[in-house]
Amino acid sequence: MNLFSAINNALYTALDTDPRSYVFGEDVGFGGVFRCTVGLRDKFGRSRVFNTPLCEQGIVGFGIGLASMGNRAVAEIQFADYIYPAFDQIVNEAAKYRYRSGNMFNTGGLTIRAPYGAVGHGGHYHSQSPEAFFCHVPGIKVVIPRSPSQAKGLLLASIRDPNPVVFFEPKLLYRMAVEEVSEDDYTLPLSSAEVMREGSDITLVGWGAQLTIMEQACTEAAKDGISCELIDLRTLIPWDQELVEASVNKTGRLLVSHEAPVTGGFGAEIAAYITERCFLRLEAPIVRVCGLDTPFPLVFEPFYLPTKNKILDAIKAAVQF
Amino acid sequence: MAQQLCHRTRSLLRLSAIVSSSSASSSLIPLSDSIIPRQQQQRAGFAADALTVDVPVPFKAHKCDAPSLSVETSAQELLSFFKTMFTMRRMEIAADSLYKSKFIRGFCHLYDGQEAVCVGMEASLNQKDCIITAYRDHCIHLGRGGTLLEVFSELMGRKDGCSLGKGGSMHMYNKKGGFFGGNGIVGAQTPLGAGLAFAQKYLKVDGVTLTMYGDGAANQGQLFEAMNIAALWSLPVIFVCENNHYGMGTAEWRSAKSPEYYKRGDYVPGMKVDGMDCLAVKQAVKYAKEQALKNGPFVLEFDTYRYHGHSMSDPGSTYRTRDEISGVRQERDPIERIRKLLLSLEIASVSDLKTLEKEAKSEVDEALAKAKESPQPDTSELFSHIWVKGYGAEAYGADRKEVVVKLP
Repeated sequence: MNLFSAINNALYTALDTDPRSYVFGEDVGFGGVFRCTVGLRDKFGRSRVFNTPLCEQGIVGFGIGLASMGNRAVAEIQFADYIYPAFDQIVNEAAKYRYRSGNMFNTGGLTIRAPYGAVGHGGHYHSQSPEAFFCHVPGIKVVIPRSPSQAKGLLLASIRDPNPVVFFEPKLLYRMAVEEVSEDDYTLPLSSAEVMREGSDITLVGWGAQLTIMEQACTEAAKDGISCELIDLRTLIPWDQELVEASVNKTGRLLVSHEAPVTGGFGAEIAAYITERCFLRLEAPIVRVCGLDTPFPLVFEPFYLPTKNKILDAIKAAVQF
Repeated sequence: MAQQLCHRTRSLLRLSAIVSSSSASSSLIPLSDSIIPRQQQQRAGFAADALTVDVPVPFKAHKCDAPSLSVETSAQELLSFFKTMFTMRRMEIAADSLYKSKFIRGFCHLYDGQEAVCVGMEASLNQKDCIITAYRDHCIHLGRGGTLLEVFSELMGRKDGCSLGKGGSMHMYNKKGGFFGGNGIVGAQTPLGAGLAFAQKYLKVDGVTLTMYGDGAANQGQLFEAMNIAALWSLPVIFVCENNHYGMGTAEWRSAKSPEYYKRGDYVPGMKVDGMDCLAVKQAVKYAKEQALKNGPFVLEFDTYRYHGHSMSDPGSTYRTRDEISGVRQERDPIERIRKLLLSLEIASVSDLKTLEKEAKSEVDEALAKAKESPQPDTSELFSHIWVKGYGAEAYGADRKEVVVKLP
């Protein structure tokens, strides 16, 4: 399956196993602009899989209401770049509902799915990675899968998690990533990072599509005798601090890479925390190889993105510090 | 007979001089008497006199009186409508093939079919008025004084583009022409338009702002916020809904409880107009402008149609039938309508119009060729114009030591 089929499969499973779950968003009825919701309406009916008008704030607000009645609301925002009108609803309503009502109400059933990330020609408004904005909000979870099999497990876990989750799907991988995905109903644990590749010289932390690039850099670095440990964070908040810390204690070096601009990106949080915890163990400053501090450009996309070579250079610089 | 032929030739020469746009300024707005002195017109024996045309489709008014269906126009104006719309049509079709041959990448939303809206609007506006719209902006940019070269270069991401190649298809602007873009996020431009109108009112500019959006965007909350503010403060803004009946792939009746977008302003008066008829659009905008300058906001809904899909990634035929598209093309095409009018009023002959068409085609081809030669922007432009020059922010290379760039 590729990524969109895996997501489709996960949604199918979610709708099948819980009669009080709903999938809605712009154009989800016919299958969605990335075909993630193909066939759902035919199987589960128009009352459970339905289109919404073009209003992100309305979609999320509506989802929050639905979730607070104990339903599983899976809202789709067509592109993560359009999530901002809904930002108020997510931050002020979804994240704080349980807290401010003293646990009387909650929006745990809400899952917001949005395709994010660079795609080669997306330009300013079809390529953004807004995960950092949401990582700053206690009360929600941010989950980002790296592959089809991961996506299915993580999405099912997110839908069933009793907290509101913002689930970003790397749109670059929708068709490109192909993998064997089990047809079973399985979930993967949230707030648990995964070591993709073991190593001893430097720890690399990333998520989503960026991991593919990082893996290539690791393979290249291995040719120079540098043994890299690659970690997929999977859940950004609350993130698996223990695993990353243990890894850095082993290797002594850390590199974080993400497409979002470097200043204020989530890499900053990881870097700050690891510095606090592993200061004396660190052999080199923590490196962040991220997008530049510019709006996501049109023709300059290859310069903006954290490419394999930039990561490779940073690995070497850290190891030779 | 000979005399008639002579007359035709002379007027033809006069036509090509008047209506063909100079490559430098290319302002494709209809010409006024100040450009061609009355005497010269009369000497040429030229049908430049004013005439009145009745538009067939009645206006539907909401909380206001509809204007008359008799539109004052002139032969020159009709000819310039024809030439301008034809040029826009050729431009969009050229953009289509550029996209397919990968000169244009990313997103490209074409306006063909909807030309009458922007051309008719321009006929009742001047440079003191402001326009702001969504992403289907190539033709509106032309109407506000942009050039074909600027549009093609911007589409291909080249230096000679109106936004220096950094904006692309969705972000075309023209400061002198009062065109504020070109906006990617649906509906976000509507409160902006209210702000522009506030500035105009405060500075006593005697202009209006036309803030344009589509039927899809008509369901965005910020539109209603903008309408409320505009009505409260009596701002001279005209909310223009270009209703092409499909918000991407969703038909209007599937996304709106009330697809009567001209009534959605509720307390804001509105009018529904046949958007495929240049003259009706002109009349409506003229009326709306008067209203807006006197009484505050106004909503105009233009019933229009796009032949292409939502963007170049959309074939446009999965949610509507090919018969529907060809039906509209046959019966309501804006260019054909003006052509029939010109021919029936004997303002121009078939060969006159063919000449204008050929001119338009060659202008488009020329601009296209020139745009293809334009270079891509300098890599330093990646860092320019984020903040105001001189801010002095730094961007680092991978190791944070060797490569440090000071943002201009």
